[in-house]
Amino acid sequence: MSYLDHLLFGYLPYIAGTIFLLGSVVRFDMSQYTWKTNSSQLLDSSRRFRIANILFHVGIIALFFGHLIGLLMPHSWYAFFGLTAGGKQVLAMTAGGIFGVICLIGMLMLLHRRLTNVRVRAHSQPMDHFILILLFFQLTLGLGTIFVSVDHLDGSVMLMLSEWAQRIVTFQGGAAEAIANVHWIYKAHIFLGLLMFLIFPFTRLVHIWSAPFWYLGRSYQLVRQRQG
Amino acid sequence: MRVRAQIGKVLNLDKCIGCHTCSVTCKNVWTSREGMEYVWFNNVETKPGIGYPKDWENQARWNGGWKRVGNGKGSIRPKQGGKWRILANVFANPDLPQIDDYYEPFNFDYQRLHNAPESKAQPTAKPYSAITGKPMDKIEWGPNWEEILGGEFEKRKQDYNFQNVQKEIYGQFENTFMMYLPRLCEHCLNPTCVASCPSGAIYKREEDGIVLIDQDKCRGWRMCISGCPYKKIYYNWQSGKSEKCTFCYPRIEQGQPTVCSETCVGRIRYLGVILYDADAIEEAASVASEQDLYEAQMRVFLDPNDPEVIAAAKRDGVPENWLEAAKRSPVYKMAMDWKVAFPLHPEYRTLPMVWYVPPLSPIQSAVDAGHVGLDGIIPEVEKLRIPVKYLANMLTAGDERPVVRALKKMMAMRIYKRAQTVDGVDDPKVLSDVGLTEDQVEEMYQVMAIANYEDRFDIPTNHRELSVDDPYGERSGCGFSFGDGCHTHGVTRNNLFGAKNPRKRAFPNRSELLVKTHNPEA
Repeated sequence: MSYLDHLLFGYLPYIAGTIFLLGSVVRFDMSQYTWKTNSSQLLDSSRRFRIANILFHVGIIALFFGHLIGLLMPHSWYAFFGLTAGGKQVLAMTAGGIFGVICLIGMLMLLHRRLTNVRVRAHSQPMDHFILILLFFQLTLGLGTIFVSVDHLDGSVMLMLSEWAQRIVTFQGGAAEAIANVHWIYKAHIFLGLLMFLIFPFTRLVHIWSAPFWYLGRSYQLVRQRQG
Repeated sequence: MRVRAQIGKVLNLDKCIGCHTCSVTCKNVWTSREGMEYVWFNNVETKPGIGYPKDWENQARWNGGWKRVGNGKGSIRPKQGGKWRILANVFANPDLPQIDDYYEPFNFDYQRLHNAPESKAQPTAKPYSAITGKPMDKIEWGPNWEEILGGEFEKRKQDYNFQNVQKEIYGQFENTFMMYLPRLCEHCLNPTCVASCPSGAIYKREEDGIVLIDQDKCRGWRMCISGCPYKKIYYNWQSGKSEKCTFCYPRIEQGQPTVCSETCVGRIRYLGVILYDADAIEEAASVASEQDLYEAQMRVFLDPNDPEVIAAAKRDGVPENWLEAAKRSPVYKMAMDWKVAFPLHPEYRTLPMVWYVPPLSPIQSAVDAGHVGLDGIIPEVEKLRIPVKYLANMLTAGDERPVVRALKKMMAMRIYKRAQTVDGVDDPKVLSDVGLTEDQVEEMYQVMAIANYEDRFDIPTNHRELSVDDPYGERSGCGFSFGDGCHTHGVTRNNLFGAKNPRKRAFPNRSELLVKTHNPEA
């Protein structure tokens, strides 16, 4: 167990998680005017953009929930869903692969647009570029793990990874040890993932918190009363 | 019956001279900021034309406003889709206009005129895009591209109001016609922008009907822009938030007219209180026939002199001075008493609250030349230069009868007053033909023709003491502002680090002070 392993996979998750939660709350409280999707559709609403943005979002939302459920589901529940560890790994590789490719296509189109469309580029902040490129590397690493995983289809590495995640979220300690021996590509993927949590409150990613589901339950018209 | 009050507005198109003073004053006050260069909360369009943004009236293209689905009360949903559809479209709104549908904002390099070296040719001030900062070869479109019938008729005839009009003849020089249409947010009773906002950031104010966007709550999902059939919500591409006409609410609260109304050179704008029944909105907005929407909206408006209405209004918290203002309201007179004002495109089912008096157009010269028949004394308004069908498509979903009645009343007023002031004779016959009394026409003349400031604007001041528990504590706050710290509405709370919101100073409530001074034991 190296010093770096402990730092990155034992302690960084808590640092990143704290900044992610606290940073979001602070920004929401103090600077809600900056809390937005920062859409650039007005500047370029071409058919290409619309397709790209839908592919990207559908892909990334599926990947997010796939990781959330896949990593945090207790191992004892697998049997309940009729899955073996190996079966679940193949399922994760297939679904992750499909949605990863969908997301990758959308993202490459969006990245191309952001760099080449004169108006969108002029309007872009450095953080817009940074977050897109970071997501691109993260996605590439994620898709890259599929090729490594093919070598061991018994689900053992997947169990180690989910053991790590579950130890982290349940404050059990020993999380870093759980993945000490996995291939570097998984470690790199986890590190970039933690990095994303770390910078989350400082980017436009905060709009994820505001996914407007409650709109479905509200009445069409809103009237604010004079009582302030 | 649930009585609410709104500051309604009427624009008398008969007197609009198309000077754009309204647009420019509004621009200077509200939208001279980065990200808003292309935005005109108030703009004046020359009609016929496709307008700003391009073709905005054509809802087959933009899907703004409401659509009736099924029968009965409340069976309408936004034309761009129900709630699930709207949520599904947040990633890429298929009905969103692009910047080119408005125009690419530009500045001219005026400095070049000063510092160009000596040359044989005159130096020119090149246009630069306000978005990219790069020079533009050619300006292809602007906020007022069709000014005074600019451009070819081939393009302008796409105007949606030409439906069921034999439009080709109006392309001929001899038959051409034009009018001005100043436009701003309609502050609707049934706004589609509010209904389309996934964040719930847009709201209508209960006390004066003004529709506003909470800039803190707006997340930039962009559904309001396509929801509004008048395209009067704009996306600030710099701040990533939507913005709209505020009806100059800080002025209205003080009893002052909006900036566009205050500065109107032609004195065409009127502001006054309208009482309406909030419970009747849903039924009115969902009537079966589009042509019934104008009448249906008038049924939502309440008679300010009806004792029952007054009692209900008091019960619902409408202040006394608002009820008094409602009785004097020039807007109510024009819309309800004289029925010369109409909603703009009632077929969108939003129940708009900025109404328009249709313009008369040249007829006398045509009468002199023997081209137009005389219908008794009043010329046949159906033969006005601006086709009545065109006006009806704009104001009554195509029903010509109310528009004809209004135009006849306005003509009767002119003929009656001309006879009275020029020939020195009273001619009540011309009035009875159109169902007006002499008293009415004198008042109409005072309000619509003379149009003194006091007759145009009757705005009761807002009751801040009812909205804020501590108006005294509001003093030396930061007023209207964006962004950090100073919130756009008075929220009393400490922020995460315990600091007071700068807008609101800590100060004991007035009522608390009273209790303390009158309590002998204290």
